[in-house]
Amino acid sequence: MTFAEQLAQYLATGLVVGGAYALIGLGFVIVYGVTRVINFAQGEFVMLGALGMATLLGRGVGVVPAFVVTVAGVALLAALLEWVAIHPLRGAPPLAVLIVTIGASIAIRGGALVVWGTDPLALPPFTAGPPLALLGAVVVRQALWVLAVAVLVFAGLWFFFTRTYAGTAVRACALNARGARLMGIRVERTHRFAWALSGALGATAGAVIAPITYATYDMGLMLGLKGFVAAVLGGLVSPPGAIAGGFLLGVLESFSAGLLSSGYKDAVAFLILIVICIVQVAGWLPWRVAGEGEA
Amino acid sequence: MVRMSPLLEVLGLGKDFGGLAAVRGVDFAVAPGQIKALIGPNGAGKTTIFNLIAGALAPTRGRVLFEGTPLPVLRPHAVAARGIARTFQLVRLFGEMTVLENVLVGCHRHGRAGWGACALRTRAARDEDARLRLRARAVLALLDLEGRAEMPAAALPYGEQRLVEVGRALAMEPKLLLLDEPGAGLDRGEQAHLAAIVRQIRDGGTTILLVDHHMDFVLDLSDEVLVLSYGEKLAEGRPAEVRSDPAVVAAYLGEEAA
Amino acid sequence: MSARERWTLLLAVMLFVSGAAWGVRSTYVLSALTFVALNAIAALGLSLVMGFAGQVSLGQAAFYAIGAYASGILTATHGWNCWAALAMAVVAGAAAALLIGLPIFRLSGLLLAMASLGFGIIVYYVLVNWSGVTGGPSGLTGIPPLAIGGFRFDTDARVFLLAWTVLLFLLGLAGNLVDSRVGRALRAIHGSESAAQAAGIDATRYKLGVFALAGGMTALAGGLYAHYLTFINPSPFGFGYSVELVVMVVLGGVASLWGAVLGAAAVVLLVEALRAALPLVASSRGAAEYEIVVFGLALMAFMIFLPGGLVSLRGERWPPARAER
Repeated sequence: MTFAEQLAQYLATGLVVGGAYALIGLGFVIVYGVTRVINFAQGEFVMLGALGMATLLGRGVGVVPAFVVTVAGVALLAALLEWVAIHPLRGAPPLAVLIVTIGASIAIRGGALVVWGTDPLALPPFTAGPPLALLGAVVVRQALWVLAVAVLVFAGLWFFFTRTYAGTAVRACALNARGARLMGIRVERTHRFAWALSGALGATAGAVIAPITYATYDMGLMLGLKGFVAAVLGGLVSPPGAIAGGFLLGVLESFSAGLLSSGYKDAVAFLILIVICIVQVAGWLPWRVAGEGEA
Repeated sequence: MVRMSPLLEVLGLGKDFGGLAAVRGVDFAVAPGQIKALIGPNGAGKTTIFNLIAGALAPTRGRVLFEGTPLPVLRPHAVAARGIARTFQLVRLFGEMTVLENVLVGCHRHGRAGWGACALRTRAARDEDARLRLRARAVLALLDLEGRAEMPAAALPYGEQRLVEVGRALAMEPKLLLLDEPGAGLDRGEQAHLAAIVRQIRDGGTTILLVDHHMDFVLDLSDEVLVLSYGEKLAEGRPAEVRSDPAVVAAYLGEEAA
Repeated sequence: MSARERWTLLLAVMLFVSGAAWGVRSTYVLSALTFVALNAIAALGLSLVMGFAGQVSLGQAAFYAIGAYASGILTATHGWNCWAALAMAVVAGAAAALLIGLPIFRLSGLLLAMASLGFGIIVYYVLVNWSGVTGGPSGLTGIPPLAIGGFRFDTDARVFLLAWTVLLFLLGLAGNLVDSRVGRALRAIHGSESAAQAAGIDATRYKLGVFALAGGMTALAGGLYAHYLTFINPSPFGFGYSVELVVMVVLGGVASLWGAVLGAAAVVLLVEALRAALPLVASSRGAAEYEIVVFGLALMAFMIFLPGGLVSLRGERWPPARAER
């Protein structure tokens, strides 16, 4: 393999993983934007998507119905979580809410362990066939599915948020909850919807990436954290930012694993996280990462 | 009035907020030992000027000299270290701490005990603490608040909270005391009490710059008044001169009637 | 609570602990209680950060690991005196905290949480990958127990006593600190940062100081841990432990000294109790899995019904308001 081919390979791998990070990061952005909660359980939605898909495909369910059922199920669970555990904590210190999402993440992971055990589940790609050669890189077919689904989701979200009344209402809640309430938007329902949407995004990421990575009960933590880094990279409140952040993170990770050291591959994201924080403090970042001080 | 070199000099001070000029090139000086007031309708830029002096905001233009040298920018604690104390328009007390402890925080810069000495309660740290407590109690005595020393600050009525804030600033033994709307939310009796205290502080040698929009309160109290309107100086002088200044009367008619 | 009352209370607890060290014969119980103390030391540091600097660190496990590995490597690999190594571990923890805090603390908000999260995970990967020094995933063995002259802290009862002595001593120091010039400055920053600054308090420096203090305390707990087990590997120092420490602090009640102890005890004992109780209700197979679920659900329920933490049950607010001698 020539060096140029290697680079193409890293880029392709990075973009595919980045697509998943972008989907997960979007989930963080939507929940944080609307409810100001950082949802620690976001990664567990990804895990549930992957394991749910693996189970349904294993039972002989078709790809499309399996995907729809998995995503809808996780979205429902996310809305349920908001209803049972997050909604009652309105006005509580942010830390208490954070701990609740940590508790939820632990409970979901434990539940998955009970149901699925520790063994990784393999699942077939959505379409069978040998890998494809694209511009010098070898790409498995599922990788194209990841990117295609991600792009479709991004387009759908863009349409929803900018071209529909409901999407505009969600954005209004994110910008100014009190104002939105005065305009007759039902903020509580919007919150629940934001959670459901982020659950669906996480499950989508898990379902499409699992044929490449396998599905295990503990895959959620790392994927969730990476998605969080992607969201932070993009400013934490900006959906396009999270998408760009996801792809950037995937590519950076892939290149550093290939060119530097694979042992530190998972550390790259967190090095980026620290660098962003420092750069923001220094005031070199053209956008704000998160949080604000006393006025 | 005898000309002395000013304690505080504000030179061509300006501040824009996103293209909107809140303060437009204001010049003034505060002589040692005087009570000077900045007055003007809401939005005239009074509190902004305070925040610029105190280092809470960075000026867009101009500068502030204290005892002839520029004040640090955006480092309020360093401004405080130069001997400038302030109160806030909306009282900012440490609500969960007692009244005495609030004033003790004002004594902070007169103490030196560090982390180790404090954790180990060394003799030096305990002696220093006892000394600071005496000082704080003296300040409370001046404000007639001795009886409140052990109460949580948040439990006090508003008027007394304002006094505690003044006490906290006084405990710093500042050369210059900035009072941001000290009379706001006080009734006539409380205002008179406060005015007496402010005079007493001035007579103790502390220079005072205050911001307010209660004309009567300010004009009775101050040695010199600067009237601001839309971020610019409208008039400056003794209270009697300013009161009869036609530009001031015009700017203020609506305000006072309301 | 006055300083005298505080130290009297600590002494009473110390007597009780000493009694337990002689009376309790179960090494299982003693070791669980030792872990309560080690966790409480680390949680105490974090509770100071959360209570005073108003910031949460999601990477405290890194300081625990730095303490454990610094002390472990210096003694096992380089043959240092164990107390010198332990002191060095504390310094390393505090220095690491300064390093990460220095660029961050000028802004508030979520930045410290994020940066510390990143730092914690990076430290973990360094421990795993830098095998030449850390022993990699298989860990570091042959760490000597702490010893004074010929007296070695090599039984569960002895380490238990040592860990609790250190914890109670630190609680006493922290109590002193809270009720002092520095403590008032910290509480003032917590009350209103702008007002504290206007009183001449350099908020950034004090917050950084608290973070370094927490880093040092957590590293001390890590060092004690290394000399207790005489073997360390990276797996206990992952992101999960950082989260667990935050959970301890919040369960106990933020910014309350005894809250950190209560929270540490609650987490350790809850985990142990679940381990003991669940095989009785669930079938023997899968009990450990249910344990995780119940722990997660209990955590959620706890925060929903008692968001102020365990100390809020007593209805007493900390810091001690009436602190006049």
